[in-house]
Amino acid sequence: MQWEIVIGLEIHAQLTTASKIFSGSATTFGAEPNTQASLVDLGMPGTLPVLNAQAVRNAVKFGLAIDAEIGMTNVFARKNYFYPDLPKGYQTSQMDHPIVGKGYLDITLEDGTVKRVGVTRAHLEEDAGKSLHEDFHGMSGIDLNRAGTPLLEIVSEPDMRSAKEAVAYAKTIHSLVRYLGICDGNMAEGSLRCDCNVSVRPKGQTEFGTRCEIKNVNSFRFIEKAINTEVQRQIELIEDGGKVVQETRLYDPNKDETRSMRSKEEANDYRYFPCPDLLPVVLEPSFIEEVRGELPELPQQKRERFESQFGLSTYDASVLSASRELADYFEQVQQTCGDAKLAANWVMGELSSLLNKEGLEIEQSPVSAAQLGGMILRIKDNTISGKIAKMVFEALAAGEGDSADEIIEAKGLKQVTDSGAIEAMLDEVLAANAAQVEQYRASDEAKRGKMFGFFVGQAMKASKGKANPQQVNDLLRKKLEG
Amino acid sequence: MHEKTLAELSQALQNKTLSSVELTQHYLKRIEQLDGSLNSYITVTAESALEQAAAADARIAAGNAGPLTGIPLAHKDLFCTQGQRTSCGSKMLDNFISPYESTVTQRFLDAGAVSLGKTNLDEFAMGSSTESSFYGPTRNPWDTDRVPGGSSGGSAAAVAGRLCVAATGTDTGGSIRQPAGFTALTGLKPTYGRVSRWGMVAYASSLDQGGPMARTAEDCALMLQVMAGFDAKDSTSVEQPVPDYSASLSDSLKGLRIGLPKEYFAAGLDAATSDAISAAVKQFQALGAEVREISLPNAELAIPAYYVIAPAEASSNLSRFDGVRFGYRCDHPADLTDLYKRSRAEGFGAEVKRRIMVGTYALSAGYYDAYYLKAQKIRRLIKNDFMAAYEQVDVILCPTSPTPAFKIGEKIDDPVSLYLTDIYTITANLAGVPGIALPAGFANGLPLGMQLLGPYFSEARLLNIAHQYQQVTDWHQRAPAGY
Repeated sequence: MQWEIVIGLEIHAQLTTASKIFSGSATTFGAEPNTQASLVDLGMPGTLPVLNAQAVRNAVKFGLAIDAEIGMTNVFARKNYFYPDLPKGYQTSQMDHPIVGKGYLDITLEDGTVKRVGVTRAHLEEDAGKSLHEDFHGMSGIDLNRAGTPLLEIVSEPDMRSAKEAVAYAKTIHSLVRYLGICDGNMAEGSLRCDCNVSVRPKGQTEFGTRCEIKNVNSFRFIEKAINTEVQRQIELIEDGGKVVQETRLYDPNKDETRSMRSKEEANDYRYFPCPDLLPVVLEPSFIEEVRGELPELPQQKRERFESQFGLSTYDASVLSASRELADYFEQVQQTCGDAKLAANWVMGELSSLLNKEGLEIEQSPVSAAQLGGMILRIKDNTISGKIAKMVFEALAAGEGDSADEIIEAKGLKQVTDSGAIEAMLDEVLAANAAQVEQYRASDEAKRGKMFGFFVGQAMKASKGKANPQQVNDLLRKKLEG
Repeated sequence: MHEKTLAELSQALQNKTLSSVELTQHYLKRIEQLDGSLNSYITVTAESALEQAAAADARIAAGNAGPLTGIPLAHKDLFCTQGQRTSCGSKMLDNFISPYESTVTQRFLDAGAVSLGKTNLDEFAMGSSTESSFYGPTRNPWDTDRVPGGSSGGSAAAVAGRLCVAATGTDTGGSIRQPAGFTALTGLKPTYGRVSRWGMVAYASSLDQGGPMARTAEDCALMLQVMAGFDAKDSTSVEQPVPDYSASLSDSLKGLRIGLPKEYFAAGLDAATSDAISAAVKQFQALGAEVREISLPNAELAIPAYYVIAPAEASSNLSRFDGVRFGYRCDHPADLTDLYKRSRAEGFGAEVKRRIMVGTYALSAGYYDAYYLKAQKIRRLIKNDFMAAYEQVDVILCPTSPTPAFKIGEKIDDPVSLYLTDIYTITANLAGVPGIALPAGFANGLPLGMQLLGPYFSEARLLNIAHQYQQVTDWHQRAPAGY
């Protein structure tokens, strides 16, 4: 049977605010346990929450960026359950009146097609603390530094049809929240966490299958693997005559399997009700407009501009606009060299593989945008060939010079364009390969074509790559034919 | 000196005919001698009280004292006081030393007041008789076989027994006004949001409000002046200027329109209380007020609505008492669930557990609409009743409870009959309006209370009306025999 996969994601983005959502404690990651927990975060008797305005502003930014309706009246609700790292015995969240309503995101798939994914809602809530089960024999440690950190929970529609689409969506959210400056997107530190709702159904069926929720998947790679593993499990289960049970599952990356955490029947009744300690927060239209004015150019707008302004393909434009830092780098290279296509090729080609190899972010690139742009200028004015440029680039990356010009000069890499010098060099090459020249001249047209490449190679080798390839071609042909 | 009111003692301290240290020593001595029979205090903080008194005397000598400087008060043991046990009358918090100070008690510290200690209460303020305290019942100084009312019964008994000059209380469904009525005191529940709830351990957050309990309206005005005001730490606190409550005490009542809700003078009301209020009506008329009958048609729904909303909020508010970070923890828990179950089962008393169960049920999936949402709708209707009434009258006059103080043990095994004692007080909490309780007479040696309810932020007017009544009556001047 042909199966269709249905995926919806719930992404928790930690909002970058100086203090927590309902208290004045700092939100810095990695501090000594319980040093960033105030009376409010500890749930001390008699303490009360006060809403952080910056968290509201950040959430509104996100809502505007996905073209969503903004909830003008915000009600905070208590989600009641017991857990040691949940100090008050309830999480303050939003239920019926979320700050961000229906919106959408356009994601670019690997083949360059653009798909629209619906966002059901996004709401503000507080994070819980952390339970530390290691290092304590027979006991658990509780660290409440994270308790009360503001989260935006972004719930998608079940619009994705493959693990790759889910990853593309997650990456788009990741990029967007970083563009907006509302979340640092650091998945290793848990700043962006993802729950995947996965179900399968026979192709053509309109109703959804029973879904399972895979909790807390914390890297793009694991999102893809966890979903594929879970899809496989569900299909095998159904094909063996079984039934998928609605439940929460955990993904174990070591074993590459998901396992049951709790079933729907075991699920908590959270007894949501409006938090009586927080009055409804009513947003003014003027506030929304003020926030709108603070929005930067968004990834999609940037992508579209890269396509129209620079004539880049959709795929190239979306790769280059994926992060604000990469886009800024590319634009600086483009400005320096005046050639968007070459700039795009170099940024997506040599530069990307260098960064990949070294495990570096674009901000840490050993070759600056000005250096790369300056080098491309030298390709354009024929000072160096593309091949020599790769050597120059490597030298720049190794810190052998401050600029391409300096390296070209020091290493004598300047392209030879003097036709007299090239001819003399060619004469030597042909003389050294007299037998091949004979053979060439005796061959028919088709065979000659193949042999021509050999002479070009020999010539470029003899010139150490410095001879202008076009001139080598032209002069070589003339000499061989002659 | 304990027969003097706060206002009189304040004068004496300012005139230096009396020192705060002398006064504080006097009250500490009285507590030592008399509180054994009343059990109004959970904790007496003699040492810090004397230090505060000495500091107050210095402040008076330096000429920068206020009306409360040097006055020995007591605080309901629901207000967090830094470095001191804040028990809420519960075994759960018997070992809890608060790491911070509530806004209300901090304001009294700033005003230079002396705190003699923390008063007894129904466990977590859940009750109407101060019998559900882990520290045992408090007794009514007017008859020690009887309850002082609740939940602020410790504060009521302490003020009525002259074991402090005045005290703080909290009122969620009548917990200031009903005990004031049972002990011949004046007690004010302010408008919701008038007094900060920061550091006041929550019972039902949308109903809880701190307020003063004292012998006279004049004293309550001085107390409220310190307590009232916006607090950025409490999101439900209202940013509204605080008037000078003492300045308007002497205003005339000429033309005042008083409404008597007919629903509150129907069956179930004790005859003596009814007669006392009729007499009070005549006094008010003599003072120039007009009295007319009004209707609060949804009042009868107040008790069921309250006993859904308050337990629902309480069930969530009390979740933090889980044995993990503070408070009572059971011995040798087998696992996490056992830790939760036994810490809570052993740490909470019966009434608290009952309300947690009721509230949990009311918020459960499938019951939420039928209970919690419906109760909220009733709350809206009750609020509308008050708004409609205040278009016809300035204040509403009614009893504080159907009967005078009942005997200890009389109702404790019958929760519903105990809940019904709040029938006249609960509506003000549901609507968020202020109310003042004051003595209206005596029957068989027991005080009879009445209350005046006003529109939002009408505290100054309520204090003025009560004060004018107290200028022509002497119920508030009577002291229980032996105190």
